[in-house]
Amino acid sequence: MSSPSWFEASARQRVKEMLDQDSFVEFIGPEQRETSPHLSLFDLPEQFDDGMIVGRGLLDGKPVFIAAQEGRFMGGAFGEVHGAKLTGLLRAARDVGSIPVVILFDTGGVRLQEANAGELAIAEIMRAVVEARLAGVPVVGLVGGRAGCYGGGGLTAGSCSALAVSEQGRISVSGPEVIETNRGVEEFDSKDRALVWRTMGGKQRYLIGGADVFADDTVASFRDAARYVIEHAAALDLDTLQAEQVRLEQRIERFGACADAIDIWRSMGAADPQSLPGMAFEDFVALADGLKETRHVAR
Amino acid sequence: MEKLTYRHVAALRAKGTRDQAIVGVVASGNLEVLVERGLPDGECEVEIRTPVEGFGDVWSAVVVDFVGRSSPGGLKLSINDGGARPDMVALRLAQAVRAIEGERS
Amino acid sequence: MLLADILASLFPGGHEVIVQGGLASGRGTLPSGSQLAVIGVDGRLPVGIDEAARLARHVLDVTTSGSNDPILVLVDSDSQRMSKRDEMLGLSEYLAHLAKCLIHADAHGHPTIGLLYGHTAAGAFIATALATRVLLALPGAEPAVMDLPSMSRVTKLPIEVLQEKAKSTPVFAPGLDNLAQTGGVAAVLDPTRSLADQLEAVLTTVAGTGLQADTRDQLGKQRQGRPKAADIAERVRELALASV
Repeated sequence: MSSPSWFEASARQRVKEMLDQDSFVEFIGPEQRETSPHLSLFDLPEQFDDGMIVGRGLLDGKPVFIAAQEGRFMGGAFGEVHGAKLTGLLRAARDVGSIPVVILFDTGGVRLQEANAGELAIAEIMRAVVEARLAGVPVVGLVGGRAGCYGGGGLTAGSCSALAVSEQGRISVSGPEVIETNRGVEEFDSKDRALVWRTMGGKQRYLIGGADVFADDTVASFRDAARYVIEHAAALDLDTLQAEQVRLEQRIERFGACADAIDIWRSMGAADPQSLPGMAFEDFVALADGLKETRHVAR
Repeated sequence: MEKLTYRHVAALRAKGTRDQAIVGVVASGNLEVLVERGLPDGECEVEIRTPVEGFGDVWSAVVVDFVGRSSPGGLKLSINDGGARPDMVALRLAQAVRAIEGERS
Repeated sequence: MLLADILASLFPGGHEVIVQGGLASGRGTLPSGSQLAVIGVDGRLPVGIDEAARLARHVLDVTTSGSNDPILVLVDSDSQRMSKRDEMLGLSEYLAHLAKCLIHADAHGHPTIGLLYGHTAAGAFIATALATRVLLALPGAEPAVMDLPSMSRVTKLPIEVLQEKAKSTPVFAPGLDNLAQTGGVAAVLDPTRSLADQLEAVLTTVAGTGLQADTRDQLGKQRQGRPKAADIAERVRELALASV
């Protein structure tokens, strides 16, 4: 049987299928009923795990801490409980100092019904990511879910040691609708799906160095990617931050005047940049690895 | 938010040894079902929380039908509803029993 | 308060903070003689890739300067810049980089203190003020995750309904009091007193320390703005440690 689609799978399926068989142990599982204390104010239904699964398991026989967002519940958004589970997991990883953390992002950003709690959760998570990395722990992110990785999710992903992304995995701060609402349809037409994919999608992120591995949309491919990024995770130190500074400044110098991702790909040397969005996985990886920005990018 | 609880006599104890299982997701037109053991073998309880109020009769009928078709003895099923239609509810309840009995859902 | 007035109150002996394109950077000497590095966003400027890269460069310059100066982050910003260009070029990476630089500096001898004196929102808030160790504010500061009209559009609830709900909980509505109650803002300064004195008092609590526990969730619990976060995080941490 072929590996299930990452995009279609639920957060629980992703966790279960990614880890070694029967190795997953959940912390504060759904039977604990630690739901959001705020959604009832809005007459909205709760989910028993608040859309966040955290626990521990084995990947190739080696222990990992794992967190997964369910993108279909409230768009995978960060609420108080949802976020606090990840914060606690990262703080434990920092204290242990040797077990990597794998975060399966699938989020629209902060949950508006508990916006302040969600925003602070992101701030706490980012600090905890940095603390874990300073303790020598790889913190890696996988992005390929329905909700993408938006808002504070994008910032958290940007704090990770390494990222794997699939074509479906959009990474961005402001979502298409938010840009259109605030700046007008001339700035960004959120209904133009091709524009969304080439501006924020996984191919563009991989090409410009926003992700380290390009995964196919299968659980098996993301499992391989997770193994790879854990192995190749960058340490967080002054050298890494300085290298990232240079990398990000150079990106603005090289591509800052481009009006569209197509222009970026052309200036990177793609002979037929228009063809990239429609390109199959293997063909794209082969082409991209010849073009893309510095491999093993500092982040 | 409406809370509904139904208790039924069940003919058979649910098979398997798993303590709990969860299926589904709380999203529009969908629901999650958390199923746990712990009741006497001949009993079954279904607890529902739904934002769509006033459909107690429909829920009651779906649950009666479920208890008759499955053998959920000893199970407590807790539902968070996202506004699912009765056929989706029936599907998830059946999946929940299969999941706790140890079959892949 | 205006940025110039804040700087004058902090550094009565003068300072070398310049504001260029809405971004502040430089240094000043407090009355006690201690040196302070300063970065900031002024005039409700949106924070895009160019701004984040410039601010991060300033932070790295401080980190590599060989000093042990604390870093003061002054914030009166818009939200992140919402544009096709910024997102196309990876704004999430730039904002995350800025936050990482600040937290890294904090862990390496440069305690970071945020001072919110105007507006800020969403991603810009996370990458600047919320990436500091201690966040202070001046009365009138307007932190927001999202404004109520936008929230009204997304939640499909009338603004009046949101305003009514906001009376019973600090958890979602914008505003300094709500952010303080949820634990995001440590203290609100008194603008009628010397800001330098008040900042010095905070500095004595953080000077010379390395990375310290993030206590914002506990503060949110004490102030009854976030009832569950601190306990959930601690329970997960303990379960995870026990599983090893």
